[in-house]
Amino acid sequence: MTQHSKKHAQALSVFVEGIGLLGPGLSNWAQARPQLDGSVPYEAGRCVLPLPMALPPAERRRAGAIVKVSLAVGQEAVEASGLRAAVLPSVFSSSSGDAINCHEICKALASSDRLISPTRFHNSVHNAASGYWSILSSSMASSSVLCARDASFAAGLLEAMTQVVMEQRAVLLIAYDTEYPEPLHGARPVPDTFGVGLVLAPERSDRSLARWTLEPASCLTGTAAYWLDEPALEQVRRSIPAARCLPLLRSTAAQSVGEVVLDYLEGLQLAVQVAPCR
Amino acid sequence: MNPLWLSHFTATSGIGRGLQQTLVALRQQRSGLQPCTFDTVDLPTFVGEVAGVDAVALPLKLAAFDCRNNRLALMGLLQDGFVDAVTAARQKYGAQRVGVFMGTSTSGILQTELAYRRCDPVTGALPADFIYGTTHNTFSVADFTRQYLGLTGPAVVVSSACSSSAKVFASARRMMAAGLIDAAVVGGVDSLCLTTLYGFNSLGLISTQACRPFDAGRDGISIGEAAAFALLEPIPPHRDANSVLLLGVGESSDAYHMSSPHPEGLGARMAMQEALKMAQLDAADIDYINLHGTATQSNDAAEAKAVSALFGSMTPCSSTKGATGHTLGAAGGLEAVICALSLQHGFLPGGLNLRQLDPALPLNYLKENRSQAVTRVLSNSFGFGGTNCSLVFGLAV
Repeated sequence: MTQHSKKHAQALSVFVEGIGLLGPGLSNWAQARPQLDGSVPYEAGRCVLPLPMALPPAERRRAGAIVKVSLAVGQEAVEASGLRAAVLPSVFSSSSGDAINCHEICKALASSDRLISPTRFHNSVHNAASGYWSILSSSMASSSVLCARDASFAAGLLEAMTQVVMEQRAVLLIAYDTEYPEPLHGARPVPDTFGVGLVLAPERSDRSLARWTLEPASCLTGTAAYWLDEPALEQVRRSIPAARCLPLLRSTAAQSVGEVVLDYLEGLQLAVQVAPCR
Repeated sequence: MNPLWLSHFTATSGIGRGLQQTLVALRQQRSGLQPCTFDTVDLPTFVGEVAGVDAVALPLKLAAFDCRNNRLALMGLLQDGFVDAVTAARQKYGAQRVGVFMGTSTSGILQTELAYRRCDPVTGALPADFIYGTTHNTFSVADFTRQYLGLTGPAVVVSSACSSSAKVFASARRMMAAGLIDAAVVGGVDSLCLTTLYGFNSLGLISTQACRPFDAGRDGISIGEAAAFALLEPIPPHRDANSVLLLGVGESSDAYHMSSPHPEGLGARMAMQEALKMAQLDAADIDYINLHGTATQSNDAAEAKAVSALFGSMTPCSSTKGATGHTLGAAGGLEAVICALSLQHGFLPGGLNLRQLDPALPLNYLKENRSQAVTRVLSNSFGFGGTNCSLVFGLAV
C-alpha cells in the first residue's frame, strides 16, 4: 500500500461506454441528450416508468418503482455498451430502498395485525433491485449496494470508478431514487423517480462517449458543486439525490472538456475531469 | 492484493461489550440468546439483544442521530480504546484521508416503526419530533460514525442484507489501493426492529428455539444485534507477529432467487474461491472457517455443499450464530472480529446449540472449542438477493 501514498497515486480514468436515463421529462439518453446540451428545451413532466417486460409475469406485477427504474436504466446502458450484462459487476446506489414498500410495512407493524407478506419483506432490503438485476441478467459477478443519503450518486460513482480501475474490468453503475408516499413524504420530500445507468470501462472503445478521471489527491474538494442553468432541470437535480449526476451527463451530452464538480457529502464535493471521446 | 492491517478492532453483541467479554463468552461457550422480550414483539422466538442500548446517550451536538441503531453504534465505538485509535489515525493521515465504510440492513428503521404508532389521527402526519435523515435513513450509521470520530473523508453504507459488513472490507480495500484514502474505519451495526422480526417470521425462517446451526433439528434463525468496527491501515514496516491482516476478499451473486440461496451453493463457492485466490492461498492453508451458518434448512445445506466442494470435509468450521444470533447487516463485521480473536488467541470456537450434527452436511463442524495455533481463517457472509462475500484473515507471521 505504501507505494500508493497520496503523492504518487495514479489518476483513475474510466471510459463511459453506455448511458441509461429515466426521470421527470427524461425518457432515455437519446431523448435527454439534446435537452441536456441545451439544443432543445427541457420539458418538465412526471417520470413515466416502463413495465419491466424482462421479468416473469408474476414478478412484473409485484415489481415496485425501484425495480422498474433500475432495470430500465441498467438495460439501456448495457445495450448501448455492447457488453454482456451477465459478466458485468454492478454497483447500485440509492438514497433509500422502496419507500412505498417501507410505508406498507411500517403501517402493518403499527396496526393490531402485524402480518407482513413475505414478498414485502424480501423487497424491503436495500439490495432488492440488485437481486432482481442479477437474476434477470444471470450475472454472478459481484454487486455492491450503497447508500449515502443525498450523496448516493457520488458515492456510487467513487465505488464504480475505483472498481473499474483497481480490477481493470467494466462495471455497471445504477443510481436511482423513487418518490415517497405520505406520511414519509412529509419527512423526506423526494418528488419523483429518477434513475441513471452507466457502463464504465477501463479501456477506450469505438463506443466510448467520454473519459472521466479522478485525481486521488485532489478529487475530494471544497469547491462548490456545479448547477444546471435550466431552472426546471436544476429543480430535478436538487430534489432527487440520483439526479445529482446531471452536471456530469450534461458535460457528456455537450462533449465538454474540463472539470465537473458533483455534490457529495456536506462540505465535500467530488471533482471529475471530463473529456469527450468523439 | 496487498494485505491490510486490522490495527484495532472491537465488537459488541449479545455475548458481550468489547473484546474481553466477547472472548470470555466464546471460551465459556456461553450463548447470548434469550426468549424475546423486545419492545411489543409477540413472537415466540429467541433474540441476541444487547443489554443497556437504550441507556446510551448521544452527544448533544449529534442528538439528531438518536435512535437505537446509533446508540448501539456508540456503545460499540466506546469499547477497547477504538475512538482513541481512530483519533491517532486521524492525526497521522489527516481527517479527510480516513474513510468510513459501514454495513447495516435496517439502520434506524425502528425509529420510523415507532413513529408510525404516533401518526396524527386526523392528518396522518408523522410526529414532529421524527427526523428521517439521521435515524431511519440507511446512511445514518455511517454519517454518525464519521461525525462522532471527527472524520471528513469519504463515507458510505453498504446495505446488501446479511453480507453488508463483510463487503465493507472490499470497498475500503479498493479505495485504499486507489490512493483515495490512507486508512478506513469499517464495520457493521444492526439493531433489533420489528421489520426483521416479523419479516423473517413471514418467511417461516424464525426459530422458536435458540438457533441450532448445522443441527439435524435446525428450524430457523435467531435474530441478534451487534456493533463491530475495525481500523484498516497499511502494514507498518515493523509489525507484531500477532497482528491480524486482511488477506483476501471474494464477492459474488447467486443470480438465483430473492430469498433462497442457490441450492448447490454455487455463488457461495465462487466467493470463497475468489477470496482464496486474492489471498494467494489454497484451501488447505485455511485453519478454520467461520460459517455463515444461519440455521435455516436451506442456508446450511447450500453452504455445506459449497464448503465441501472446495475444502473437502476436513477443515474445522463452525457458526457462531448460536452464541450471538444472526446479527444480519452486522454479521460480517462481528464474525471478522471473532476470526481476529481466534487468530490472536489460538482457539477455534465450537458451534453452540448442537445436539446432533445433520448427517447430510459432510463438514468437520466443531461442537467444542479447540485450542491450537491458528494462522489463516475464512469467514462467510451471504444474504438475501443472493449476495455473497468471503473474507480471509491471517496472522502476520
